[in-house]
Amino acid sequence: MEITTLTVHELQEKLKNKELTSYEITKAYTDRIAEKEKDVQAFVTDLSENALNQAKEIDAKREKGEVTNELAGIPIGIKDIICTKGVRTTCSSRMLENFIAPYDATVMEKINGENLIDLGKLNMDEFAMGGSTEYSYFKKTRNPWNLNKVPGGSSGGSAAAVAANMVPWALGTDTGGSIRQPASFCGLVGLKPTYGLVSRYGVVAFASSLDQVGPMTKDVTDCAMLLNIIAGHDSKDSTSVDNGDKDYTKSLKADVKGLKIGVPKEYFGEGINPEVKEKLQEAMERYKKLGATVEECSLNIADYALATYYIIACAEASSNLGRFDGIRYGYRTENYTNLKELYRNSRSEGFGAEVKRRIILGTYVLSSGYYDAYYKKAQQVRTLVMQEFAKCFEKYDVLLTPTSPTVAFDIGSKSNNPLEMYLADICTVSVNIAGLPGISIPCGVDKEGMPIGMQLIGSRFSEETLIRTAYTFEQDLKFRENYQPEFKK
Amino acid sequence: MAKVSKEELLHIAKLADLNLKDEEVDKYLLHLQDILNFANIVNNANVEGLDITIGANEAKNVFRKDEVVVFEDNEALLQNAPDKERNMFKIPKVIQ
Repeated sequence: MEITTLTVHELQEKLKNKELTSYEITKAYTDRIAEKEKDVQAFVTDLSENALNQAKEIDAKREKGEVTNELAGIPIGIKDIICTKGVRTTCSSRMLENFIAPYDATVMEKINGENLIDLGKLNMDEFAMGGSTEYSYFKKTRNPWNLNKVPGGSSGGSAAAVAANMVPWALGTDTGGSIRQPASFCGLVGLKPTYGLVSRYGVVAFASSLDQVGPMTKDVTDCAMLLNIIAGHDSKDSTSVDNGDKDYTKSLKADVKGLKIGVPKEYFGEGINPEVKEKLQEAMERYKKLGATVEECSLNIADYALATYYIIACAEASSNLGRFDGIRYGYRTENYTNLKELYRNSRSEGFGAEVKRRIILGTYVLSSGYYDAYYKKAQQVRTLVMQEFAKCFEKYDVLLTPTSPTVAFDIGSKSNNPLEMYLADICTVSVNIAGLPGISIPCGVDKEGMPIGMQLIGSRFSEETLIRTAYTFEQDLKFRENYQPEFKK
Repeated sequence: MAKVSKEELLHIAKLADLNLKDEEVDKYLLHLQDILNFANIVNNANVEGLDITIGANEAKNVFRKDEVVVFEDNEALLQNAPDKERNMFKIPKVIQ
């Protein structure tokens, strides 16, 4: 038995039956990291040594009955945008290269509360701005299915590490698709929860009205388990919502009889790769076979939502990233004679090209003369997008779309054309604009063996329906049994 | 739609506290124009009479008791400061 190929619920079972100790599990992962990191390049900070010590402690405590929860001693990987006390949190930026978080994000308090073991901080596009992880200041992460391809982004390190069995599961963040698209590119399950379900406290802000933390896992069961841990109201995040104490694993039922699935035809237009379309068609047939009704519908907002997304996300980013001035933390230039120069040179040297591009775009759309034409208009279109989704959810329980128009693309093929990179987010951004939950699950592979993702979208706080819908499909398709990453070179 | 001029780009960069090198200016000008041309489609949407949305949740005030919570780990905060003296962040002279 290869320990690192197991899901978390399988590991949990083996811990419970005393077939494995936390140390044995953790050691299997640290060995795997040592073996695969040179190919995959997923980690910004490797915490293997700490992790092994922690595992020993937890085993000892479990022996004495001081630790009783079943997940204690299971490792996890954390996207490097989530603050971890005493550990570097870089956002894959030169700006935060040496930033040691003075406190834990609320999601980390929850992770630590379960005695999960942090194996390391995972690579990402700088400040979560990108869809390929090529915009990291430190390294380019590679897709374990084919090392010449991107893992997606911005949570590309998280996706690649889970797919390569270097961590059993991981946390990512999703502002416009940054959990779902890399999950899709790497053959994983990725959930962007309803805005407000998970606390954003201690998660470095990109676009505050869109950001959410979520699980990236090998299967839907692990996804429900990790959501159980991180969801919940937090008084430290005024946008977090009290949605009661739910057990999402109760939704792990293979049953979609009578479920109404809408398929917005606008998400299957030109620009969607034919092989992606084909697999999505097969998925619809599968749902019909399983007893759901599947019907074409209209949601004519995809282009508007994408334009709105880039206006709003960049506007919020330009404001949020104003805090990086080289005074209290972060990079400070050596080249200054006064305060203004210190600010300006620190920011110009500390931020990468894509981050600067988005700050400039955001500043532009917020500047007088353009505010009404872009920012205000985008906020109105946001209302329109929410209304159009609401209309769909009067008729359907779930909407089904591709997660991404294509499978993972070659490293370097899009990084010089920002607009082309932005257009690839067409299927995912509207979900963030409307604050809805969305899950990506694998639905097949293309001719080259690259995974294809299917996105399911639900109404606000319908995670239970999404998990049941995804689980039913997964149990029938058995993707993991048939396809595994091959580290093609 | 309006074309972004070089002067405008430099003005925006200044507002954002960013310097642009000469070779960056042309590239950013091209990208910004490209993205704005695309983003301009929001002006085709029929939004007459629609309110703006600032967030996905219902906009409401969230109150809490005004109680002081002390964060005692000054050292953890100050260890990230690029320059410091005693217990303070150090910056260049502001008043000439």
